[in-house]
Amino acid sequence: MIDLTKTIDLSTTYLGLKLKNPLVASSSPMGADVGNVRRMEDAGAAAVVLPSLFEEQIEMESEELDRFLGESAERGPEAATHLPELQHAVNGPDVYLKHIQRCKQAVQIPVIASLNGSTKGGWLTYAKQMAQAGADALELNIYYIPVDADLSGEEVERRYVELVQEINQQISIPVAVKLGPYFSSMANFARKLDSAGANGLVLFNRFYQPDYDLEALEVVPNLILSNSHDLFLRLHWVAVLYGQVKADLAVTGGVHTATDVVKAMMAGAKVAMMTSALLQRGINYLDKLATELLVWMGEHEYDSIRQMQGSMSRNAVPQPRAFERANYMKVLSSYAMR
Amino acid sequence: MSTSSTAPRPKVLIDGNEAAAYVAHHTNEVIAIYPITPSSNMGEWADQWSAEQKTNIWGVVPTVVEMQSEGGAAGAVHGALQAGSLSTTFTASQGLLLMIPNMFKIAGELTSTVFHIAARCVATHALSIFGDHSDVMAVRSTGWGMLASGSVQEVMDMALISQAATLEARVPFLHFFDGFRTSHEVAKVEQLTDDDMRAMIDEDLVKAHRARALNPENPIIRGTAQNPDVFFQAREACNPYYLAAPTIVQNAMDKFARIVGRQYHLFDYVGAPDAERVLVMMGSGAEVAHECVEALAAAGEKVGLLKVRLYRPFDTDKFLAALPATVARLAVLDRTKEPGALGEPLYTEVITALVEAGVSKKVIGGRYGLASKEFTPAMVKGVFGELKKPSPKNHFTVGIVDDVTHTSLDYDPDFSTEHPSTIRAMFYGLGADGTVGANKNSIKIIGDETENFAQGYFVYDSKKSGAITTSHLRFGPKPLRSSYLITKASFVACHQFSFLERIDVLKCAAPGATFLLNSIYGPDDVWDHLPRTVQRQIIDKKLKFHVIDGYEVAKKTGMGGRVNTIMQTCFFAISGVLPREEAIAAIKHSIEKTYGKRGESVVKKNFAAVDAALDHLYEVKVPAAVSSPFDMRPAVPAQAPDFVQTVTAKIVMGEGDDLPVSAMPIDGTFPSATAQWERRNIALEIPEWDENLCIQCGKCVLVCPHAVIRAKVYDSRELEGAPPTFKAVPARWKDMKDRKYSLQVAPEDCTGCTLCVQVCPVKDKQQVKRRAINMVSQPAIRESEGANWEFFLKISETDRKVLSVSQVKDVQLFRPLFEFSGACSGCGETPYVKLMTQLFGDRALVANATGCSSIYGGNLPTTPFCTNEEGRGPSWSNSLFEDNAEFGMGLRLAADAQNEYARALVRRQSGVIGDNLAQAILTASQKTEQGIFEQRERVKELRAKLAGAASPEARDLATLADALVKKSVWIVGGDGWAYDIGYGGLDHVLASGRNVNVLVLDTEVYSNTGGQASKATPRAAVAKFAAAGKPVGKKDLAMMAVTYGSVYVARVAMGSGDMHTVKAFLEAEAFDGPSLIIAYSHCIAHGYDLAFGMEQQKAAVNCGYWPLFRYNPDLVAQNKNPFQLDSKAPTISLKEYAYNETRYTMLAKSDPEHAKQLLELAQEDVSARWRVYEHWAHMPVNGGGEKK
Repeated sequence: MIDLTKTIDLSTTYLGLKLKNPLVASSSPMGADVGNVRRMEDAGAAAVVLPSLFEEQIEMESEELDRFLGESAERGPEAATHLPELQHAVNGPDVYLKHIQRCKQAVQIPVIASLNGSTKGGWLTYAKQMAQAGADALELNIYYIPVDADLSGEEVERRYVELVQEINQQISIPVAVKLGPYFSSMANFARKLDSAGANGLVLFNRFYQPDYDLEALEVVPNLILSNSHDLFLRLHWVAVLYGQVKADLAVTGGVHTATDVVKAMMAGAKVAMMTSALLQRGINYLDKLATELLVWMGEHEYDSIRQMQGSMSRNAVPQPRAFERANYMKVLSSYAMR
Repeated sequence: MSTSSTAPRPKVLIDGNEAAAYVAHHTNEVIAIYPITPSSNMGEWADQWSAEQKTNIWGVVPTVVEMQSEGGAAGAVHGALQAGSLSTTFTASQGLLLMIPNMFKIAGELTSTVFHIAARCVATHALSIFGDHSDVMAVRSTGWGMLASGSVQEVMDMALISQAATLEARVPFLHFFDGFRTSHEVAKVEQLTDDDMRAMIDEDLVKAHRARALNPENPIIRGTAQNPDVFFQAREACNPYYLAAPTIVQNAMDKFARIVGRQYHLFDYVGAPDAERVLVMMGSGAEVAHECVEALAAAGEKVGLLKVRLYRPFDTDKFLAALPATVARLAVLDRTKEPGALGEPLYTEVITALVEAGVSKKVIGGRYGLASKEFTPAMVKGVFGELKKPSPKNHFTVGIVDDVTHTSLDYDPDFSTEHPSTIRAMFYGLGADGTVGANKNSIKIIGDETENFAQGYFVYDSKKSGAITTSHLRFGPKPLRSSYLITKASFVACHQFSFLERIDVLKCAAPGATFLLNSIYGPDDVWDHLPRTVQRQIIDKKLKFHVIDGYEVAKKTGMGGRVNTIMQTCFFAISGVLPREEAIAAIKHSIEKTYGKRGESVVKKNFAAVDAALDHLYEVKVPAAVSSPFDMRPAVPAQAPDFVQTVTAKIVMGEGDDLPVSAMPIDGTFPSATAQWERRNIALEIPEWDENLCIQCGKCVLVCPHAVIRAKVYDSRELEGAPPTFKAVPARWKDMKDRKYSLQVAPEDCTGCTLCVQVCPVKDKQQVKRRAINMVSQPAIRESEGANWEFFLKISETDRKVLSVSQVKDVQLFRPLFEFSGACSGCGETPYVKLMTQLFGDRALVANATGCSSIYGGNLPTTPFCTNEEGRGPSWSNSLFEDNAEFGMGLRLAADAQNEYARALVRRQSGVIGDNLAQAILTASQKTEQGIFEQRERVKELRAKLAGAASPEARDLATLADALVKKSVWIVGGDGWAYDIGYGGLDHVLASGRNVNVLVLDTEVYSNTGGQASKATPRAAVAKFAAAGKPVGKKDLAMMAVTYGSVYVARVAMGSGDMHTVKAFLEAEAFDGPSLIIAYSHCIAHGYDLAFGMEQQKAAVNCGYWPLFRYNPDLVAQNKNPFQLDSKAPTISLKEYAYNETRYTMLAKSDPEHAKQLLELAQEDVSARWRVYEHWAHMPVNGGGEKK
């Protein structure tokens, strides 16, 4: 029996990091546990993106703590306070930074930190701290919902670009930007980020979408795990951007099978990131996926991942218009014909 | 001298409690603690330092252990001492009294120890948390040495001197200082160093102490029982030690002087060397007298003061030696009262000393300062004035007006000895608004950054919501002995505009003083919004008037409603204590120190507030004339009863000091139902009823902690004359459809907690954020809703006979007999107390353990328990903290005994009252309200029949007839009482079989004293004395009671099951035996927005942390399982409940690993307990004998 691992080269590069394969565990709560990160490495993950540090949450927690320590104090002559003194300072980013260090000690694969800032100062400070803590790269999770009708798309884009520029100037580790699909001109914005110095673009963030509880008449948070259908949007834009930006492209959202990985590579991604698949099937699924990837490549006589990367990007296919608007009409009409 | 320390001693700004705890923690190995005001902080400091791994002078972290009571603490200390450790404790008042048995033992065994006492009033006709010497004087026969401190510096010094002395003398010492006045006064003191303490503590004596310990390697026996033959002699064997003790103390004082430089004596004299009139006293009052004597002597008066340091053992020779030979007259002042004695203790001691020495001098004795009554230089001068009279009054009082037995001395209240160089600043703040904290920081800044002496003292009113805090700050180049409140302030700041109409904030402003007001009105508009009293004083006293819109600055800088650092910045800017830039830098430094641990963003927003403050500060150009059309609001409305008008109103206004003795009840009995007259207007927003959306479910009425939302169903004819905005809609009751329903809010009593809005189940279909009640601005509708409220009160109460007691919807219509208490806004306890009064208040006797519920239930000026239309209502009393179950059982025993005697009399008098009536009375069932109503009618008839009867038995029956009507005895208290200090008694009462109802308001900490851990505190939560998270699980008090099998037990949480709660109350009351209800009570000590209290209660049940159940022994007779598990298996994790609360998250944020471990264990507790409960719920009845 042929050992496919010896004949097929799964390696890839991402953000200048050499990876043994394109399978990366994307940012999720699973990564908050060092044991899980170790299991991910054991199961074959080539890199891991840690869960995001949310500046807003750190601030909110401090504010809440301050509020309730304050509100329960000076209530009367018998009690100056109602809660004990904090024995230690609240951690702020410390827990996260320690987690980076512990992950780095625990695994050989690259550890990518993830950050969601809310103030300019916060982005820069935490980015530097993460780099100092030993992160191999930094993923900027620019998860921001502009609800202010006075805030233009142009302004939002300008802020992101400036942020990437500044962070890039301040830290030496590679920086990827994880973004959502909702930009008027995705290709143009991607190029702006590219010019601002982003080493990678991670397509796409999946937003929490609030749902309604009709009995309680309440808005409830909601997150549905992805499935392979979610992949299409990512493939589309990776295929479009491939070759138009210097930055490495990563697909995240909708990668569930070996063929999903293959598609991501063919569209032009350097890595395929996964969360939902691992949540549903367990971390060990990575191992199975790697095997299936090898089998598929063996069956289809691919020698390496590099060989297929971008092979079906917009510019590499005979009908680039398949990625443009006209195709949309065709899809609809093909539905109608069924 | 070789022991002398060369290290400079730091100057620190600390209070008396910290000073005592500092030395105690450095010089002991085992510290047993228990919270009691005003000494709790000493235990808190010791616990905190040990938690921070701070070591004693031997380099070891002292072991600090919280006990279940002061008696327990004393026992633990006794044991630790016997086993050879250096051991101490801290306490006050009743706590010290609980230590008496051990104190006799410790002294009898000649054991070296010092107990540090923040001396506090012992409860007599009333409890008082404030300072006097009645506690320490109550233990003076225990054989302990008694050393008094009068200032914060002295506390630190005497703590060490007494520790050094006790080791040599072997006599144990009480080191005491005045509760609050010294224990809570922040002052600049020189901190003793470790070297100082090492130099003072003789290691050989420590070794000797250890050598006397119980030790199996070298066994001895101590604590024998002795017979008449030798006990007496053995008791006298200790005499040499008591004779030697004063010299040992003086030697320690001398050694201290050599090391540290401050010289004390057993008796320190100050004043004219040729004084003729001398005061003798101890404690902080002596500092006041010192200030006054210096001033009088400087003015040529031949007066002096003898400060007593060592009261016991009393050294006559030293006492006489300390007095100038010229003294002719002495006035001895005691801060305690011994009714019936020939004089108070210090007075009799002095008389005895003089008589025994054969010295003849005129001596008078008097009382002052009970329960922190102000003691001022003016009063001191008054006493000297009295001493000058040919026949001075003996056994006098000073500081009050005694118009009954005329003991009080006159004095000139305007006399002042305040030094002109001392800056005196007063700040009025709202409880919990951070004013006190900021002022403590200001004092520290001034003390640290300048050479000034500094002093801070902080006064609170007795409400837990909307309290007014007054900070008194002094600083200046002269030493501060002014242990009294400021009455002539050079700076007055009012941090809340609304105070201007409630209290006279400028009363103490000195002429030419500065007045800083936090105002939404700018410098050009503010004048027109000031009451006349305020305007008049600004003009008459020529005040410099500044305004700042602190609210606006706070809003802009993310501070919410917190204006403390903003106002602090303005104070420094206006007062010019420090150069402006220096002041701002110092404020920022203190912000970092205070808030740094809470996170960077908190520090940043405070910095922003400081930076923005001065841009909004303006001086106001004061007009020449008073122009305001309005003045301060009257303290109580005109229709209030006479007692409330003449007595209560003065207390409300802060003028209680002016009330004479004759105005006071002689035995502590006060009229109930007075809270209704104190309309505090503390809510900025209050709920408004949307009558069209409302489904009349009554949940808002049930949940309201202050009983300010009421509902009535009534005849529409009662609407005649209703104010134009009064709302009424058809009642949604099947049997009362023709009647009207109104839901009304008391606008001036609401605290604005919004629990009612959160609990409202209705949402507007067009805009779901709108409920059937919604918060609206209070000032706009205060007058109209006030009129509506008055009208509502006049509408007849709904007839209880047509209502079902078990329906929440119906219970809302029962008049609460507990209203407008001073509890915290959003309190989780009071809805249960209120419910109890709605269901059983007309026949309730309430025994209330000391704690939050006794404070909001019974602290003057006004009290919340009230009466129904017939004048009936709960009769309430607080005995102590530790004895509440027993006290309540006594109420039951008396009710039963009187009932039994009355029944016997009915039988004997049946000829007079008629057989039919007698039989009806004797056989009446009073299990239902109707039955009780009918019995009351019979009793009325009985009384009518007895009216003409002249026999003694008939007259006896007439006085006892009320005892024939069922009484409902309620024993109410918190978890500190039920789980800890009162558990032994509670257990006994539950085992007694007597028909009492115990309501435990379980907040899971000692809420009233500041959130110390009790055995009800859950694992993984932090609390004081468990700052690293409580490592063990909560005691399951309910299941402990269940194991008796004869006790009705329910665990309830109103937010999870209001019907369940009502049902449990009804079943508990109906059960003819002891009942125990443990009620989940959310609390500010949990650290979250209490508007969500009910949601959080639901979460507590849903995660399985607080399973609802009822155990009803009566069900056994029906062959049913008495254990009914009333909540479902957990649907959420403990974390989802717990991590909504700061008491859990502060550990998770500051020590995540440890928090995680504890939470996992706590989750296991929950799961394991749930399995046990399920097992009980499915257990076969009667030992499994029934068929499967």
